[in-house]
Amino acid sequence: MRIVVPIKQVPDMTEVKFDVEQGRVDRSSAGAEINPFDLNVLEAAVQIKEKLGGTITAISMGPPQAEAALKDAMARGADRGVLLVDRAFAGADTLATSYTLASAIRKLGEFDLIICGEKTVDGDTGQVGPEIAEHLGIPHVAYVSKLVEVGEKLVVACDMEGVRYSIQSGFPVLITVTKDVNTPRLPSLRDKLNARKAKVEVWDAEALSSVADKSRFGVQGSPTMVHKITIPSEEGRKGRVFRGAVDESVKGFMGEIEKAGILGGIGIK
Amino acid sequence: MNDYAGLMVFAEQRDGKIHPVAYELLGKGKELADRVGVGVSSVLLGHQMEEEAQELIYYGADKVFLYDHPALEDFDLLNYKHNIVRLVKEVKPEVFLLGATHLGRSLGPRVAVALSTGLTADCTGLDVDKDGSLIQIRPAFSGNILAHIKTKTRPQMSTVRYKVMPKGVRDASRKGEIIKKDAEIVPSLLTIVNKEKSGEVNIAEADVIVSGGRGLKRAEDFTILAELAKLCGGVVGSSRPLVDDGWIGKEHQVGFSGNTVKPKLYIACGISGSSQHLAGMRDSDVIVAINTDPSAPIFKLADYAIVGDLYEVVPRLTNEIRSRSS
Repeated sequence: MRIVVPIKQVPDMTEVKFDVEQGRVDRSSAGAEINPFDLNVLEAAVQIKEKLGGTITAISMGPPQAEAALKDAMARGADRGVLLVDRAFAGADTLATSYTLASAIRKLGEFDLIICGEKTVDGDTGQVGPEIAEHLGIPHVAYVSKLVEVGEKLVVACDMEGVRYSIQSGFPVLITVTKDVNTPRLPSLRDKLNARKAKVEVWDAEALSSVADKSRFGVQGSPTMVHKITIPSEEGRKGRVFRGAVDESVKGFMGEIEKAGILGGIGIK
Repeated sequence: MNDYAGLMVFAEQRDGKIHPVAYELLGKGKELADRVGVGVSSVLLGHQMEEEAQELIYYGADKVFLYDHPALEDFDLLNYKHNIVRLVKEVKPEVFLLGATHLGRSLGPRVAVALSTGLTADCTGLDVDKDGSLIQIRPAFSGNILAHIKTKTRPQMSTVRYKVMPKGVRDASRKGEIIKKDAEIVPSLLTIVNKEKSGEVNIAEADVIVSGGRGLKRAEDFTILAELAKLCGGVVGSSRPLVDDGWIGKEHQVGFSGNTVKPKLYIACGISGSSQHLAGMRDSDVIVAINTDPSAPIFKLADYAIVGDLYEVVPRLTNEIRSRSS
């Protein structure tokens, strides 16, 4: 099975700072890590490879530092890491990002299965996976929570608002997986050390020129733009506060909500 | 770009029933379209759904494009995409909206790429700019900021969160046109081999939610909340850390990266109120917060703040309510 896993390096979201007055996002103080959802992607790829053999190619678009995320992917079982770095790729929205990644996947050659994470924790759109599939003209199944069968055909389960679908597909196909699909294992120290020495291939815009239209990369190829950023208004509510002895608090609270008709509103007298 | 006009809403259906997010989008869409002076249309794909198509008119559609074919009865990704793309190319709406449900989030990106246009994910607000273009507002960075996004290409496409827009008003005297379209069926490549209720709670639809946060000491203690929830005819919710730790399933998660909820009554137990959590429940009708820390951010949003330990407060609350309901 020839598996391709698009991954992303993201800031540690707990460390990102916000300038409320300027409406600016400061990622500089936040460390970078592999998108947490992509750990499930790598685990899924490794499990399939362990069973069926094959290759895992991890691919990422980002700044030169994103090499670290690909090395991490290699420590976790990817055979090959390809980093797409070019100023021409910068400022991409999901359309340009998915186009660039799809172009690189075309350049890699034939593949059977592409596995993406449900979403990234920074962009949080969940769009890039399905968009890659459309660029490549292959089917996809999103929100996969279980790999039921991977072999001659693919059978996966996905949960859609309380209904579980089992969906069968041939190859090639793209799936996006949720955190429920597996529990990622930790890479061993030896894997980490080996990965440190591993070579990540670096491709620029020129390297994709045979498979892509450069005007569709980066800002130029991005139809959406952030017009402005605001901070959500914290419109407070006039809260009645109950404190002190618990029995009194609860009784006082019950009296208030009874008076306000809230219990009646939910079918309690 | 000038030959694009009007606003179109994708009406998602499951088992022949239209998902209510479509009615929310029609309500909001009509409001925006009226401001610009254009019409609202809707596209519905399914089998034998003419009665439901009428509902879309009652909720604000001037035209409904109806695709009726057995192959469209269930969600078929490639056939849905193929027919929607053909329709959009023909009708040329300026704006195309989908609900940010699992289905909408899976289908929307494919339609956007096929049309080479932009798609803004998971919007919580929509507005029209002075120049008539769509402003798409979405929370970013865990709900800490709101990004206002504009799209250069047409149609301007967005997926919009369920339960953030008020449901439009149903007016059974509204007149509109149902236009039957012939579906073009392409190889589906994906087969649904089984479909079953997963037994998951549907937290977005609950009238009462009793949610737990870090104030809970053990996963088992969710039963304390479950008892109160059950008594009120509600369900249990959770903040993100407990879901991440595997204490409870993701379907219970309330917040920016979980579910947006708007129940009649939201009881937050031991939840401090991160912006990520508040983004998912701030529009609840009545918010009750129980927390030991009087400075917890959740209290700013609460209608009723009980300063105290949930382990002492919740069981007493349960008893009080039980004595009234029996």
